[in-house]
Amino acid sequence: MKPAPFIRHVPRTLDEALATLAEVAGEDGRILAGGQSLVPIMAFRLAKPAHLVDINEVAGLDKLADDGKFLTIGARVRHAAFHEPVTANPLGRLLTYVARHIAHYPIRMRGTFCGSLAHADPSSEWCLTAATLDAVMVAKSVKGTREIRADGFFDGIMSTHLKEGELLAEVRLPLLPPDGKFGFYEFSRRAGDFAMSAALATYRLDGGKMTDVRVGLGGAEASPRRIPEAEAELNGKAPGDAAFRAAGEAASAAIEPLEDHQTDAEYRRDLVKVVVRRALEHSLI
Amino acid sequence: MSAHTKGSGGDGLKWVGRSIRRLEDPALVQGRGRFTADLPAAHWVRFVRSPNAAGKIRGITAPDGAVVITAADIAGVKKITPMLHKFNYKPVGQPILAEGEVRFVGEAVAAVVAATEEDAEDFADLVEIDIEDAPALVDGRAAIADGAPQLHAGVPGNVIVKGEFKTPGFDDVWTGAAKIIRCEARSNRQNATPMEARAAHAAYDSATGRITLHCTTQMPHLVRTAIADCLGIPESDLRVIAPDVGGGFGQKMSLCPEYVLIAWLARHLQSSVAWTEDRRENLIASFHSRDQYITLEGAFDANAKLLALRANVLANTGAYSCFPTSCGMEPLMAMAEMPGPYDVQQYECLARAVVTNTCTMGAYRGVSRPSITFTLERLMDKAAKAFAIDPLDIRRKNLITQFPYKSAIGLEYDEASYRETMETAVEAINVPAFRARQQLARDKGEYLGIGFATFSERTGYGSPAFAARGMAITPGWETVHISVDPSGFVEARIGSSPHGQGLRTTLAQIIAEEIGVPPQTIKVVHGDTDTAPYGWGTFASRSLVISGGATLIAARKVRAKLLKIAGHMLEAAETDIVLEDGKAKVAGTDREVTVAAMAREAYTQTHRFKGEIEPGLTESGTYDPPGTFSNACHVAIVRLDVETGHVKVERYLVAEDAGRIINPMIADGQVHGGVAQGIGNALLEEIIYDESGAILTANLADFMPPTAHEIPPIELHHMETPSTQSITRAKGLGEGGTIGPPAAIVNAINDALTPFNVEIDTIPATPQRIRALLRNATNSARPRAGGDPGATT
Repeated sequence: MKPAPFIRHVPRTLDEALATLAEVAGEDGRILAGGQSLVPIMAFRLAKPAHLVDINEVAGLDKLADDGKFLTIGARVRHAAFHEPVTANPLGRLLTYVARHIAHYPIRMRGTFCGSLAHADPSSEWCLTAATLDAVMVAKSVKGTREIRADGFFDGIMSTHLKEGELLAEVRLPLLPPDGKFGFYEFSRRAGDFAMSAALATYRLDGGKMTDVRVGLGGAEASPRRIPEAEAELNGKAPGDAAFRAAGEAASAAIEPLEDHQTDAEYRRDLVKVVVRRALEHSLI
Repeated sequence: MSAHTKGSGGDGLKWVGRSIRRLEDPALVQGRGRFTADLPAAHWVRFVRSPNAAGKIRGITAPDGAVVITAADIAGVKKITPMLHKFNYKPVGQPILAEGEVRFVGEAVAAVVAATEEDAEDFADLVEIDIEDAPALVDGRAAIADGAPQLHAGVPGNVIVKGEFKTPGFDDVWTGAAKIIRCEARSNRQNATPMEARAAHAAYDSATGRITLHCTTQMPHLVRTAIADCLGIPESDLRVIAPDVGGGFGQKMSLCPEYVLIAWLARHLQSSVAWTEDRRENLIASFHSRDQYITLEGAFDANAKLLALRANVLANTGAYSCFPTSCGMEPLMAMAEMPGPYDVQQYECLARAVVTNTCTMGAYRGVSRPSITFTLERLMDKAAKAFAIDPLDIRRKNLITQFPYKSAIGLEYDEASYRETMETAVEAINVPAFRARQQLARDKGEYLGIGFATFSERTGYGSPAFAARGMAITPGWETVHISVDPSGFVEARIGSSPHGQGLRTTLAQIIAEEIGVPPQTIKVVHGDTDTAPYGWGTFASRSLVISGGATLIAARKVRAKLLKIAGHMLEAAETDIVLEDGKAKVAGTDREVTVAAMAREAYTQTHRFKGEIEPGLTESGTYDPPGTFSNACHVAIVRLDVETGHVKVERYLVAEDAGRIINPMIADGQVHGGVAQGIGNALLEEIIYDESGAILTANLADFMPPTAHEIPPIELHHMETPSTQSITRAKGLGEGGTIGPPAAIVNAINDALTPFNVEIDTIPATPQRIRALLRNATNSARPRAGGDPGATT
């Protein structure tokens, strides 16, 4: 066993889970869902939670439903659930395309959508998706239910505005318009690695011009977010190289780039320019 | 006088040259292998490692109830001190646990002993080490800068080895040259990353006082010799066993201080003790590799003929010197073999190893050759550019074609096929078709490149090659004992220690060829110092040449004896007898006798030999060859994404010549695996330290071996130039696959970069490095990012 000692709790109901979480949250209790991020960092002892509240047996958290306005994704829904479109709305195809870029097959069989959001890795594909589409996060605790918009949810690298004792019980993704278009592109050095930059774009065409444009960027800054400067270059314009390039340039200039040993600030800006443009190009395919 | 042939077979051989299935595999693929970490133990160890790169140890605080061993507890245990008697070598000793000060992040400072692996790790987490932090020396060039801190008292200026060589006529030729071409190459640091990290298990036998140490190693006998020396005990008190070993690649051919401590603890506790390394420890604290700066200059005449080479090699060897080869391994091999496959008789070289506050360097598949081939092949491409000739033509002008060839430094090259393998590769890859495709792609703003690497690879190093380096231990020869037991089964005990190479199969094929029994019935036994003859293990592309040679010598003796016995039993002349199908047959008659019957006779009816034949059926062979040169030409075709700097290897082709091939399937596997690792070397794998000496790449997300996605299908073409310097006619091929890729791939990247007028001479050629060059490219051929805007729609 590589991790530091911990106690694992296995509640069967949501109430039981929230009660347990309320009890242990103060002693560094953490939720265990798919474990694909938490368990490795525990194995390195970078995280040493004293308690794990394992929600894999909790009834009702596997909800995955399209109510005509939102797609609701419960805390136990795995990445692999999106291998095929889960709704006829274009959002279904978007999620399927994005899911293919998440790590490797065994990880997608185990890791969860909500777990990715709660973990808040800057390069997470689902965090980017939530930020781009203005998802609504539904946090539950013994004190009640709280809805948090994506732009108020992420709080830097691996940090969110979830409060102690709160479980991210479900996420609601707004459906796209029936004629909505999307494009996605990410760059990593090896297949399946964390994205060194990724972009997701959605829009509609109105008389040949792009409208309701959303451009989200992940892996480039401490948290994924929409880039209004890039959106401004696209709204009202015809899709095509000139507009796409301008959006890439605008995004590249707008960011506060993350830096690490394989990506300095200049290189990150290079990548942002490319992933934004290529995501937009992908929307035309 | 060319003796190259394509493909194998012929010669009337029955078993040699056939792709029989590996005899090792049934156990391994069915999960019946047995590895060190599978053994149960009464005590488990977790090492507490230094978080600092340099500094004095002020104190070590153990948690309540923990058993913590520190340097003070093992005061009688000697340091690991490899020795060279040449090249200004400054011996340094590596303490088993840090004594007084630490010299790299990850150095073992204490060992926690507990009843379970879990408890040991939990206790280790609570041990506090107080270190007075000192500035860290991380980079090799910084180590020789004025005013650099001195790492070891006995190593002034941090230069631990310094080799110098210059041919007498060098200066005249140099000053008379038409062009001097220069390449400043950087090979960054790697970790060999065997799938099984290190592990050791030692058990004390209270009846005899002996220790049995199981460990994952490439050289069990040398581990025994070295640990017995460290502990001051007779070798007979220590049995070392290398059970199944999950890859070594050179990392497991040096003595680990951890193994010494595990053996000491088993004696100290009079019990069994085990340690299994985790991946993070392996990446930080096992042995690293490469990390060289090489400046290479070539003096050419007006016709692009290479006249003289001048090399300056600086190898960052880490905090200590690895046993037994010493840290002279990298720079001194570079010095000896830098000129590679090219005819050049004037040569000057300065080759140094320097100590720094980083993990100690060990061997890694290819040792120095990936770096020197990379540098030399970059130099040849730069020269071709300067002379405005084809990169292939400059090689055609300079490759050695007359054999035997004596190099400027005095190495004897046996016959090889440098030109022939290159032409085979050139034909197979179809260069004109590629150039046409490259031009079409460029017109669309897409960038393809082709790169070649031709190289020689010295293999089967015998004792003289190591003696030339002044090594106190010259691991050159090998011994093999072959016995046929009274039931007629053949067993070969070997001093080599294979760990994935398929040697059990290939040696069985060599024996089968001589004595006419199927290889599937022959057992090859290795890895246990109680049962195997003293030997040096498996490394340096040596085992098939040296152990194979010893096997052939022993097998011929067994064959001779079987013929004698058969002649006696069948009342026939030995010259009329053939050995095949497990029998001795008198040619042209139906008279025959089985090997089993002859073996039974040799043990149980010896009175019938009337003193003319010695009883028993056991023979030995020992072989110490001069060394033989394999060679190959590698070709890479890459696609460079100039906007991201990403490189995709689209096609990879190898034309290689390792003399006679014993088992073509196993040879192919060796090349495939080597090329995969070479792709990692060229593009992906890099151990990165920050300025404080902390490692930024301590997991397999940050240190990036290639995955199946990054490795294209590898096309192989074999040629066979039977070696005159190896009695099996085979040359070594364990390392060749790793040697070519950095040169071929980076040459291909530079070919793709031609329109931008920038060059990269650093491995790994990462996207960040390539983008930095392109961002600053002044050439007008700016990347037409994404190509034709309409093309993607």
